[in-house]
Amino acid sequence: MDLRSVLDNSFSAAVGVDAVIYALAAIGLNLQFGYTGLLNFGQVGFAAVGAYGIAVSVTYFGWSLWVGLGVGLAASVVLALLLGLPTLRLRADYLAIVTIAASEIIRLVARSVTFNDYTGGSAGLSAYADSFYDLNPYSGARYSFGPVQLSGNDLWMVTVGWGVVLALTLMLWVLMRSPWGRVLKAIREDEDAVRSLGKNAYWYKMQSLIIGGMMGAVAGFAFAIAKTSVQPDNYSTDFTFFAYAALILGGAATTWGPVVGSIIFWFLLAFTDSLLRQLVSNDKLPEAIISGTQVGQVRFMLVGIGLVLLMVFRPQGIFGNKRELALDE
Amino acid sequence: MRKLILIVLAVLLGGSVVLGGGPAGAQTDTTEAGGGATTTTTEGRVVGVSGVILNDDEPVEGVVIVVKDASGAVVGEATTNADGEYDIPLPGPGDYSSTLDVDSLPDGVNLRNEDRATLEFTLRPGQNRPLLYPLGESDRQEVGGVEKFLQLLVEGIKFGLVIAMGAIGLSLIFGTTGLTNFSHGEMVTFGAMVAWWFNVNFGIQLIPAAVLAIIVGAAVAALYDFAFWRRLRKRGTGLIAMLVISIGMAVLFRYFFLYLFGSRTRPYADYAVQKGVDIGPISIAPKDIISIILSIAVLVAVGLVLNRTKIGKAMRAVADNKDLAASSGIDVDRVILFVWAAGGGLAALGGVLFGVTEQVSYQMGFRLLLLMFAGVTLGGLGTAYGALVGSLIVGIFVQVSTLWVPVELKNVGALVILILILLVRPQGILGQSERVG
Repeated sequence: MDLRSVLDNSFSAAVGVDAVIYALAAIGLNLQFGYTGLLNFGQVGFAAVGAYGIAVSVTYFGWSLWVGLGVGLAASVVLALLLGLPTLRLRADYLAIVTIAASEIIRLVARSVTFNDYTGGSAGLSAYADSFYDLNPYSGARYSFGPVQLSGNDLWMVTVGWGVVLALTLMLWVLMRSPWGRVLKAIREDEDAVRSLGKNAYWYKMQSLIIGGMMGAVAGFAFAIAKTSVQPDNYSTDFTFFAYAALILGGAATTWGPVVGSIIFWFLLAFTDSLLRQLVSNDKLPEAIISGTQVGQVRFMLVGIGLVLLMVFRPQGIFGNKRELALDE
Repeated sequence: MRKLILIVLAVLLGGSVVLGGGPAGAQTDTTEAGGGATTTTTEGRVVGVSGVILNDDEPVEGVVIVVKDASGAVVGEATTNADGEYDIPLPGPGDYSSTLDVDSLPDGVNLRNEDRATLEFTLRPGQNRPLLYPLGESDRQEVGGVEKFLQLLVEGIKFGLVIAMGAIGLSLIFGTTGLTNFSHGEMVTFGAMVAWWFNVNFGIQLIPAAVLAIIVGAAVAALYDFAFWRRLRKRGTGLIAMLVISIGMAVLFRYFFLYLFGSRTRPYADYAVQKGVDIGPISIAPKDIISIILSIAVLVAVGLVLNRTKIGKAMRAVADNKDLAASSGIDVDRVILFVWAAGGGLAALGGVLFGVTEQVSYQMGFRLLLLMFAGVTLGGLGTAYGALVGSLIVGIFVQVSTLWVPVELKNVGALVILILILLVRPQGILGQSERVG
């Protein structure tokens, strides 16, 4: 039983690319769900649009990666408009249903044989991220920071990733202190009151959905570049649920909630994961209860339980203020 | 005219289906056994695939099957002999994919489902499993436009009724409690799996197994409400918080099912393969006729309960105005408990019917859930009849759209329709016009 390596794995995960990706997705959800009260359950759809935006641009059209970033952002704006136009005038749960359906549509289309030429079918696409790694200033093969070991490429990815996380967090902080941000919070609290003050609540919600969706696309960029391949089944609804779990864990409607939430979320996930794997491989747990492949499934169950317990007992998360998050009066 | 040529794949089990411990318990990957040949497990030949390729009960010789491992390397290849048999030893347990070389089939003989030439499967230690390659005449050459349309229409009605089984419960729960229950799909999966458990592990015939599954499904759904949702309502948990909680529960249940059941799809022991019966221009398997009749009977019964009985009237009253219902002496909690039980029983039946057509898997409920939402939204959230009409439209649309849309994208069309309907008529076809915002 090697508790040291379990902890090493957990610390690596807490600062690694996964934490970056989900922090980015959760920042977008924080704007939509935390500040505006929009139930976007299709954040993975925005991530997929971003990831495929760069992958298809580079591999199929032969454009540069940087053009691909623009394509991905533009596509996420189009997706937000498409989803927002019919649903933002309606009750909140319609947006939830439509966004979750749309994210499945995107995954099914991406993995279909019909669009194989563009998206690579269920195998996905790869070899598009070179121009990002060409800029890598870290030449060494391996860098270690205490328990955390990173290759040069990973370190480059993580540096840029956390930089973007920081920039977006600051941007959101500034935005939410502006008059614009106060309107969004007011919509969350009482939409009718906002409308009676002459604000176009529909258009404000649309802007929130678009900006949050673009942040989802940025999460998709990070996902695609960090893994250097896009596979459609990585963009299933679980991604969205993980991002929600991270956001609610840290505290929705707080500046640092999504970032800290994602770090803690991945720490806990990696901790339970490698602890269970250690126990299984050392035969501390009988094969009849859990096998190696089932460890990965336990992780999802824990996320489910965690989401339920948080929403029941501490919906404001670790740092949140319960009064701030009056989702229902 | 479409003539379905059915296929039976022999299952060569020998003593070799050794079932691994593990919480999944005994799992046999059998389809309807058609031939009785057996192999024995000998040393050095621990796992593999074997079976018989039949076309209209006649063995087919010279069919080439290639097996690749997870990395894509070819690990086994075989050509069927004069009795249509093949036997491919494989290096060990693991994930494989097998491909039937369609060019090696005789002229005029095709895979019944041409998209299923490549199958993915997992071998457990000591397991020798068959590959399911049903043959039949290719429908593309055989069926004219109108006949194919009618065929798809009937399949669509059947599918729509299955969706309705889940959608009505979803809609009634929404109507009485305001909860958009994302874990409803898992109730469908639960019913299908309980029936599978009784059917395959205990050898109970599918019909009594389905009845048991409905009872268990209703009881567990009632318990789910009593032990969980009722407490949340008493705590004053908001509706949006409850929606997120239902998603958490859905994730928990779905992966718990995966943990217990494994990731593969498994058929029931009965009615897995049935010859179609020709009725006019269409061909339909008896199990599908039963499925349609049964669904209609159950849905009529639900309608009668809602309209003619005291509890039905109470349910509609609670859905209409909870406070008013409570003040006129209706025990709201009891009514909601009844709604959950009914929703659970209907979902279980829907799960069994879906499992008979598409086999049982841990994800079946989630796949159906999005179509249920489409049906419910199309018909109008909160109305039982709206859910029925909406589900039928979604089911028919999904099937008929395969005339123009590739089969793999058929569900996409239904979800696109959902979005379009919200643009034009957000309250649904039968819903009351009520706009917020």
